[in-house]
Amino acid sequence: MPGIVGYGAFIPRNRIRSEEIARQWGKDAASIQRGLLLKEKSVPGLDEDTITISVAAGRAALARAGIDPQKVGALYIGSESHPYAVKPSGTVVLEALGMGPEIHVADFEFACKAGTEAMSVALAMVESGRAEYAMGIGADTSQGAPNDALEFSASAGGAAYIFGKAHVLVEVLETYSFTSDTPDFWRREGEFYPRHAGRFTGEPAYFHHVLSATRGILERSGLKPSDFRYAVFHMPNGKFPLAAGKQLGFTDKQLETGWVVNLMGNTYSGSSPTGLAAVLDEAHPGDLILITSFGSGAGSDSFILRATELLPERQSLAPTVRSMLDHPRKYLSYGEYAKLRRKIIVND
Amino acid sequence: MREVAVIGTGMTRFGELWDSSLRDLCVEAALGALTSAGTDTLDSIYLGNMSAGQFVAQEHLGPLMADYLGMAGVPATRVESACASGGMALRSAFLEVASGMSDLVLAAGVEKMNDGADVTGVLATASDQEVEVYYGVTFPGLYAMIARAHMEKYGTTEEDLSWVSVKAHRNGARNRKAQFRRAVSLEEVMSSSMVAEPLRLLHCSPVTDGAAAVLLCPLERAREFTDRPVKILASGAASSTLSLSHRKDPADLDAVELSGRRAYKMAGLAPSDIQVAEVHDCFAIAEICCYEALGFVEQGKGKDAARDGLTDLGGKIPVNTSGGLKSKGHPVGATGIAQAVTIVEQLRGEAGESQVEGARIGLTQNMGGSGASSVVHIFQGV
Repeated sequence: MPGIVGYGAFIPRNRIRSEEIARQWGKDAASIQRGLLLKEKSVPGLDEDTITISVAAGRAALARAGIDPQKVGALYIGSESHPYAVKPSGTVVLEALGMGPEIHVADFEFACKAGTEAMSVALAMVESGRAEYAMGIGADTSQGAPNDALEFSASAGGAAYIFGKAHVLVEVLETYSFTSDTPDFWRREGEFYPRHAGRFTGEPAYFHHVLSATRGILERSGLKPSDFRYAVFHMPNGKFPLAAGKQLGFTDKQLETGWVVNLMGNTYSGSSPTGLAAVLDEAHPGDLILITSFGSGAGSDSFILRATELLPERQSLAPTVRSMLDHPRKYLSYGEYAKLRRKIIVND
Repeated sequence: MREVAVIGTGMTRFGELWDSSLRDLCVEAALGALTSAGTDTLDSIYLGNMSAGQFVAQEHLGPLMADYLGMAGVPATRVESACASGGMALRSAFLEVASGMSDLVLAAGVEKMNDGADVTGVLATASDQEVEVYYGVTFPGLYAMIARAHMEKYGTTEEDLSWVSVKAHRNGARNRKAQFRRAVSLEEVMSSSMVAEPLRLLHCSPVTDGAAAVLLCPLERAREFTDRPVKILASGAASSTLSLSHRKDPADLDAVELSGRRAYKMAGLAPSDIQVAEVHDCFAIAEICCYEALGFVEQGKGKDAARDGLTDLGGKIPVNTSGGLKSKGHPVGATGIAQAVTIVEQLRGEAGESQVEGARIGLTQNMGGSGASSVVHIFQGV
């Protein structure tokens, strides 16, 4: 059965605390934390972007897979902050990882869902036999507009997954996608910051798609929430994934390992893929795992996965998500954060 | 003037109704009223709405309503008085029936607020553009100033305000059409996020979609449609200065007092005759001021009423058994009509768990802006 043969994640070292952002804009930090359940978020360094994050995550995935990078027949990167509007991130990443030139490359976008899209298509390339191995990455360095609610959550990070048919660490048992035209969040060509429709991003967007996709995959597979050891949902803030999980019938225990947002922030296309990596860092053989992503616009991809006996020995071959969340971290002032995120107008 | 009765009511759920458009809401409420009266003809329509133009870029709501009800041809008028639009629509409908001009007149109210507009900015247009809004004030700010004035003059405290919210939610929990159906504790109210000091999140009514409608006819014909008509005994209205800064006293809602006095006079009744009331609690302080202005308590004593249970369901004068604007929701143009729906249900004995036993005389008070307009109706179960 095809599945994940290697996985890895990367979270930049810099952090900014919610209090520091709240202080800047005269907001009440306690209310923000209570409302969003966010303590801090990652901030990319001056020389970090979706490409560098993808390379770091990709390296970790290759280390865990233990395969020759030349054998990877396809590389897909999903992001909403590809450094170029025209020129794929994938070409730079493939060279950095020692892959190609006999490789199919494409960049994906669909707000925060682009990562699981890349994973879906990589899986399909392997299942169809068109590639022996295929890598799907979700990575982002998204911007939050200053003094907007999203500034507390928009962060940087990503995760990479290599799919193959042999020596599978995690089997893919089922997939399901649910998509509709729901304009909750968007960024026009040339705009620096995205825009959103306030509370419309909640029930009609996030919850409608996450719940529908998860219910769809459960029905298709005949499984119920209590069959799973772990569940991971897209994390635009701390509250939504917990509320969605609860509404679907999952317990806090099933949600807690993959719930990395309160220290990481929302890494957009990297969000649920990184939550999944955190789960894989500790999952045991036979554990059933559910992951449902969400991308504004809107849609959700859902996967049902099962860990194999091969997983435990590979977990420590690359940095774990927990190790990147807990240490080392460097805390920034708002001014340093604004400088790194290029929010300060400078002369060229 | 002829005597006028309410013969049918209709109301949508109040809340964030993502799947319902403005016209969906109008039609649902109107059909509810027509169906409950068992009729499908109308002589005239009045529709209360504050800002459909700004919320969903739709003006000219009269014909829209008639058209979508399948009644193109019927005269239809949109009435606007900010948050008192619904109450004023009711008043207009009442006058058209009382005058003998029409028999079956629908008084409806609707607001679709959740469609991407800057709600705070739109609502601010109910205050004085040149004297107030130009300087950046918003509604929570205006009512915060009213609260401050009341606190200074009468010693009202933040806790006094909070008891009003606790009562609102306790009542709203029993209202299956309410936006928020959950009781809240005093601690929750007093620790909610500050909006405009001293008003916190749970002292402020929410942003809501919804519609309500009542069908009126001459009392002499009411039994053709229902065996439980409710008579409208009185309609009293008043205006005050648009801007808070021009009022005689910011802690005194004089338009409410004047509209109440006119209604009591027309009905030949006193405040002590009122057995159940729906008042305009856009903010907790507004309810306290309305208790005083309507004569339910002495001036300055409004602060104790909710805390002491005077206005509880089982109290001397139950106020906002529906949950009020705070818990039921406040789709601006619909509120005045929704208040009437609640009182009609009470006087018909149809209020279920929220029933005030033996209520025969009820009152609605609907206010616009920071108290620049107010309209009071008094009803009697027959």
